[in-house]
Amino acid sequence: MNQVSITTAEPSVSDKLPSEQPATSKHASDKHCTGADIVIKCLEAEGVKFVFGYPGGAVLHIYDAIYKQNHFKHILVRHEQAAVHAADAFSRATGEVGVALVTSGPGATNAITGIATAYMDSIPLVVISGQVPVPAIGLDAFQEVDMVGVTRPCVKHNFLVKDVKDIAVTMKKAFHIARTGRPGPVVVDIPKDITAHLAEFNYPKSIEMRSYNPVTKGHSGQIKKAVKLLLEAKRPMVYTGGGVVLGNAAESLIKLVKTLGVPVTNTLMGLGGYPATDRQFVGMLGMHGTYEANMAMQECDVLLAVGARFDDRVIGNPKHFFSKSRTIIHVDIDPSSISKRVKVDIPIVGDVRSVLAEMNDLVAAEAPKQSPALKAWWEQIEAWRSRLCLNYNNSNGLIKPQYVIEKLWEVTKGDAYVTSDVGQHQMWAAQYYKFDKPRRWINSGGLGTMGVGLPYAMGCQFADPTAQVACVTGEGSIQMNIQELSTCKQYHLPIKVILLNNRYLGMVRQWQEFFYENRYSESYMDSLPDFVKLAESYGHVGMQITQPGDVEGALKEAFAMKDRFVFMDFITDQKENVFPMIENGKGLSEMILAEDL
Amino acid sequence: MRHIVSLLMENEAGALSRVAGLFSARGYNIESLTVAATEDPTLSRMTIVTSGSDEVIEQIIKQLNKLVDVVKVLDLNDGKFIERELMLIKVKATSTHREEMKRMCDIFRGRIIDVADGSFTIELTGSGTKLDAFIESLDKTAILETVRTGASGIGRGDRILKI
Ligand SMILES: Cc1cc2nc3c(=O)[nH]c(=O)nc-3n(C[C@H](O)[C@H](O)[C@H](O)COP(=O)(O)OP(=O)(O)OC[C@H]3O[C@@H](n4cnc5c(N)ncnc54)[C@H](O)[C@@H]3O)c2cc1C
Ligand SMILES: Cc1ncc(C[n+]2csc(CCOP(=O)(O)OP(=O)(O)O)c2C)c(N)n1
Ligand SMILES: [Mg+2]
Repeated sequence: MNQVSITTAEPSVSDKLPSEQPATSKHASDKHCTGADIVIKCLEAEGVKFVFGYPGGAVLHIYDAIYKQNHFKHILVRHEQAAVHAADAFSRATGEVGVALVTSGPGATNAITGIATAYMDSIPLVVISGQVPVPAIGLDAFQEVDMVGVTRPCVKHNFLVKDVKDIAVTMKKAFHIARTGRPGPVVVDIPKDITAHLAEFNYPKSIEMRSYNPVTKGHSGQIKKAVKLLLEAKRPMVYTGGGVVLGNAAESLIKLVKTLGVPVTNTLMGLGGYPATDRQFVGMLGMHGTYEANMAMQECDVLLAVGARFDDRVIGNPKHFFSKSRTIIHVDIDPSSISKRVKVDIPIVGDVRSVLAEMNDLVAAEAPKQSPALKAWWEQIEAWRSRLCLNYNNSNGLIKPQYVIEKLWEVTKGDAYVTSDVGQHQMWAAQYYKFDKPRRWINSGGLGTMGVGLPYAMGCQFADPTAQVACVTGEGSIQMNIQELSTCKQYHLPIKVILLNNRYLGMVRQWQEFFYENRYSESYMDSLPDFVKLAESYGHVGMQITQPGDVEGALKEAFAMKDRFVFMDFITDQKENVFPMIENGKGLSEMILAEDL
Repeated sequence: MRHIVSLLMENEAGALSRVAGLFSARGYNIESLTVAATEDPTLSRMTIVTSGSDEVIEQIIKQLNKLVDVVKVLDLNDGKFIERELMLIKVKATSTHREEMKRMCDIFRGRIIDVADGSFTIELTGSGTKLDAFIESLDKTAILETVRTGASGIGRGDRILKI
C-alpha cells in the first residue's frame, strides 16, 4: 500500500533541490520560512549557544541555513559520536540542554553511543538527525536508517517530523521533555524534503502535553515523616547521587547535612554535590568506594537517599544489603527509580531542590543538637576512616597513578573541570581529586563509555572558555576518540590531557588478575603511538613524564600554558590496582582493601 | 500473578512500538496486547495482559506511566473489572458431527457465523478461561483454525479510565 501511494505521489520538492530552488530564503521573514530556517529559529528561540555537529546529504539545507545565521556557533567535530558527547558535556557543565546535529544513516548511527551514554546518566540533549525525504522512507533509500526505531530504547523520547508545519512545536516539545522531570536525550528526526518546504515560523511560548506532566513538589506528609525519622535516628546516613547535581540542589543539600550534623556520601555521578574536603563527607561509596562510606551505608539505621538510584555498582548484592535492617527514605523525581532494586519505606517523588528546601525548613524549626547516639556514630565512622583505605605505597621509581591525580588536584587548586574516560584512571580520578563543586566532575557512569574523555573536555571548555579543563584518560580510552585532537586544534581549546599510560586495559587486567588467575587475555595495549609526536603532529604540545619527581613540575608547566592544548603522557606503574574493591555479587561490607593483599 | 493493565495513549505512529519495546527491553511478560482508537480519535486504548510479582507489576505500571505518549494507566486488578475476549474458531463439521458441534456452540453461547460444506466458523466471546474451556471441550482433531483477539478489560461501575 505504501508503495502505491509513493509512485503516484507528486515529485517531491527535494527532487528539485538544490539547483532549482533555494533551500533557504535570504532574509527569511517569519511568514515564509523553509523548514531549515525554522530549525535555526527554534534553536535561537531556545537560546542555544553551541551546536555540535557534522554535515551530510540529509542535513544540507539545515547547514545552508546555519551558514547564514549568527545566533549560535556550530562546532565541527571529527566523528558524530564526539558531537553528542561534547553536547552532553556542555550540558553537564552548564545545566543547559546540549544540542547535536547529524546527518541520516551513518551519521545517525554514529551518534547512538553518545545518545545512550547521555540517556544512562539522565543528561538533557536534543539531537537533530537528518532523514531521507518522506516519500523515500521505507524504500531502503541511500543512507536511510530508522532512527526513531533504533534510538527508541535509549532516548527519553523521539520524534519523526513529517510536516514542515510541525517542526516548531516538535522542537518546543523536544526541549521541554529533555530538560523537565528526569532529564534525558530527545531525538528529532527530520526528513530532508521537510527542511525545504515552506511554512510560517511560530514558536510556542509554552507547551502543555496531556500525556507528560512530571511531578516537582514532594508530598508534604511524607517529607514530615522523613524529617522526624532523621531527627530521631541513632545512626543516620545521607547518600546522594546525580540527581543533586542535575537538580542544582547542592546548596540545599549542604544546608541539610550541616544542620543535621550527619555523614554524607556521594555516588560516582553525585561527586561535587557535597564538598569533598568537608569533614562530614565520607567519600564515594560503592564498588570502589571508601571503607567508611560503605560501612556507614551498611550499618546506618536511617538512610536518606537523594537523587540516587541504588545502582548495582553502589549497593552490591541487595540480599547482603538487607541482612541489616534500616529505614530508607528515597527522594527521586522519577517514580520508577524508587523501589526498583531496593524496597524503600518512605518514597518521596519530587524535585530534589524543592524537597530538600522543605526538609530544611522543618529541620531549622527543630534546631537539632548533636545527640549522644550521633556522637557515638561519628566515633564509629572516624574509626572506620582511620583505616585510611585510600593510602597507597608511593614509589621513587615508578609513577603511581594516584599520585598524579593528587598532584593534579594541588596544581589546579581543586578547581578544574575534570573529565575522564572509563577504567582504572576514572576510579582514581574520582577517589583522589576532591571535588568541592557540582558540575566539575564529568564522566560516563551508567553506560561506562570509553572514548568520552576528550569530547567531554571539549564540551567543558566551550562551556567555560577560560577554565582549567583536565581530561584524565587511559591509553586504551583516548584512542577511541583520538581524532578530536583535530577539533581541539581548530577551536584552540587549551585542554590538558592527563594520560595515565599503564600499557594495559587496566580495569580489564585488574579483573583478570583477581578472577582469572592472571590470564591477561587481550588486555595488553601493544603498538601504542608516540603520543608526544602524535600531539605535535596536530599542532599541540606533547610531554612524556616517566619519573615521579617530574610529575608536579610537568603539571605546573602544562597548566601555565594557558592558551595551549597539552597532551601529557604519564608512564605509570603497570600493575597498580584500584582499591577498595567489592567483587560482583558481594556485599557492601565485604570490601577488598589494599592492605589485605 | 496475572494482571490486566489498561491505558490511554496518544494515537500516534510508533506509540504501540514504544509499549511493545518497553516490555521486551525490560523482560516483562506479555500474554496479550490489544489496541484501538477510542471515541476520541486522538486517543488509543490498550489492554495488556501481563504477569509478575507485585514488585514487577509496580515497575511495569511506573515504566508505562513514564512513556511520554502514555496519558493514563490503570491496573484493573486494583478493583472490580470485566474482561472479555473474542475468538473466531473454525471447526470440522462433517455430517455426523454437525449436530454435536452446533450443540457445543450453543452451550457456550457462541454463534455460528459461517457455514461451509465440512466446517463451521464459530464466534465466541467471554473471559480467556471460558474460551480455553471451549477449546478444551472440543476434540483437538476437529479444530481447523483459531483466532483470538486477546483480552479487553473495563472497570466495573464508576471505575472509569478517561481523561
Ligand atoms: C568502571 C566503573 C566503576 C564504577 N564504580 C562505581 C562506584 O564504585 N560507585 C558508584 O557510586 N558508582 C560507580 N559507577 C557508576 C555506576 O555505574 C552508576 O552510574 C552510578 O552509581 C549511578 O549514580 P546515581 O545513583 O547517582 O544515579 P544517576 O544515574 O546519576 O541517576 C540520577 C537519579 O536522580 C534522579 N533525578 C534526576 N534529576 C532529579 C531531580 N531534579 N530531583 C530528584 N531526582 C532527580 C533520577 O531520576 C535518577 O534516579 C561505576 C561506573 C564505571 C563505569
Ligand atoms: C566502548 C567500551 N568498550 C569496552 C569497555 C570495557 N572496558 C572497561 S574499562 C576498560 C579498559 C580501559 O583501558 P584504559 O583506557 O587504558 O584505562 P585503564 O583502565 O588502563 O586506566 C575496558 C576495555 C568499555 N567500558 N567501553
Ligand atoms: Mg590503560
